[in-house]
Amino acid sequence: MSSKQSDRREFLKRGAALAGGLGLAAAKPASGQLPDPEGMIVGTDELVGYGKRSRFENSQRIPHGGRHSPDAFGLDFHIAAPLQESVGVITPSSLHYVGTTRGSFVPDIDPAKHRLMIHGLVDRELVFTMEELRRFPSVTRLHFIECAGNRSRSSHTTVQETHGMTSCAEWTGVLLSTLLEEAGVQDGGEWIVAEGVEEVKGASTIPINKAMDDCLLCYGMNGEAVRPQQGYPLRLLVPGFEGIFNVKWLRRIKVVDQYYMTYNDYGHLTQDPATAALGYQIGPKSVITFPSGSQRLPEPGFYEISGLAWSGGGKVARVEISTDGGRSWQDADIRGEPQPMAHTRFSMNWTWDGNECELQSRCTDELGQVQPSRAQVAAFWNQPPDQVRVKGQDNSIQPWRIDSDGNVHNAIS
Amino acid sequence: MRSVSFSRKLPSRAQPNSLAALPNFRRGETCLARKLKLLGLFLLSVGVCAQAQSPTYGLGRAPTAEEVAAWDIAISPDGKELPAGSGSVAEGEELYVQKTCFVCHGLNGTGATAPRLIKRDVGEVDDPWDYGRVLPIRSPYATTVWDYINRGMPLGLEGTLTPDEVYSIVAYLLFLNDVIEEDMVLDQDSLPKIEMPNRTNFARVPDWFPGQPRLEGYPY
Repeated sequence: MSSKQSDRREFLKRGAALAGGLGLAAAKPASGQLPDPEGMIVGTDELVGYGKRSRFENSQRIPHGGRHSPDAFGLDFHIAAPLQESVGVITPSSLHYVGTTRGSFVPDIDPAKHRLMIHGLVDRELVFTMEELRRFPSVTRLHFIECAGNRSRSSHTTVQETHGMTSCAEWTGVLLSTLLEEAGVQDGGEWIVAEGVEEVKGASTIPINKAMDDCLLCYGMNGEAVRPQQGYPLRLLVPGFEGIFNVKWLRRIKVVDQYYMTYNDYGHLTQDPATAALGYQIGPKSVITFPSGSQRLPEPGFYEISGLAWSGGGKVARVEISTDGGRSWQDADIRGEPQPMAHTRFSMNWTWDGNECELQSRCTDELGQVQPSRAQVAAFWNQPPDQVRVKGQDNSIQPWRIDSDGNVHNAIS
Repeated sequence: MRSVSFSRKLPSRAQPNSLAALPNFRRGETCLARKLKLLGLFLLSVGVCAQAQSPTYGLGRAPTAEEVAAWDIAISPDGKELPAGSGSVAEGEELYVQKTCFVCHGLNGTGATAPRLIKRDVGEVDDPWDYGRVLPIRSPYATTVWDYINRGMPLGLEGTLTPDEVYSIVAYLLFLNDVIEEDMVLDQDSLPKIEMPNRTNFARVPDWFPGQPRLEGYPY
């Protein structure tokens, strides 16, 4: 094709595009009453290759726990997800919460060079490339992850601050049991130590029962590769266990005969067996994301109350909502089919009468575990009701107070 | 060869009778569902036992002994993975400055940006837990201190300390916290035998099996 012909084709294509645009403009109602777009988003190679959200959407993560992130050295600390703007149950990968065992640089890993080793009390020690791991039968599952420090305080004003250290994604990878069966776990292999490749080589001890039950080695997240902040190219998912067990940048699984008391394990130590149990598997939990702290209802009238529920014990079985501070409860609608250890969206039709009120939600999971109020937690631990300190992972009920002017506040005292 | 440990644990932990006695499983449907789940797990584990004799997929390769040795930095409480080498308190004191530990942890193990390394100044206490969440005094095992310094320190130069250096720094920190005497030399034999004050003074994580509530009867 000559360059002239090529130019001619290009001209024709542009002309067609222009005509299309004119066509749309011409289809505008003659009345001119419908609002026009602000303009056109000009196509670029970048947008064709990898899309991005509207400039009018600005949902953002925030540093959590009072430490600036990133700091002056580029270290990441904890980062919370904007649950107040979430819809559905999947947290976009760009907005998924981030936890680190200490301030850390995110490792930049070439997947062609990454290896996973399985060794210890196994019949066959094995090393896998990422390519080999992708050849195993795969599974895709929805799972939440939640940080042990996801704890609502009276100083928090938004649901991002009170509950933003949890997120839910669609994870794809190989069942850890598939690889452990391939390696052949020997008698006495009661635990695994899972370890990352980052500078501190974070490691956690996990019971073999859990490893063989539903743990996943994930290379996929929300339809694409796991993001670097989430452990690219390979992370461990330990569904329903506290966040720190979900080892990122996974390089090694060692099958061992005893609890190894890694530094991560040490960080969870407590003297009380009940507190230890409550800081292991995550309890049934829920929170209303709309209306939630710092939001405002513009006027009395109809609203859909909406929120997220989850449990480390399995599927969400029931969510109840109270609009009178916990005196009476109504069943919420469950949106979609609840998945084990996954965020589940709930909602309830509601007409606000303009009077001050307090909203709460309460989750029951398939094991029959029920999310407690802070007063119930205080009674269990014999604490004064006005000085509640939830031990272990905090799954207590979150109250939101709506003032008569429509402003929503955190009602934890 | 065996499959998974719950094939052995379930019968003792989860007799249908004892399950029925637990408040969470009194409701008929839940209890039945749970029994079915347990039966399923039992059958699953039997199935796994029968077929897990040889690899199914044949993917991956065997690591060399050198590779395993180079990667395997996890140290158990019994210390069986500890490398040869040794270190003294005096050497550790020098290294604490030379390796710039003091920049983040303070010259006296406190007062700077990183976690403190010396027990809280609370005098004589009945419960050593009260010395605070300070690794070289709170940790039940000296192996945890060795393991973490070896894998995670110093910041930005992780993995550069030699075994002798790690033994020395651990010795210095344990001496600072009155766990060992000043003349003690640590090596792969002596370090795991150190009686840390909280050696048995902590709660074990609960045994875990699928479908287990986090804590029976919590909170009401």
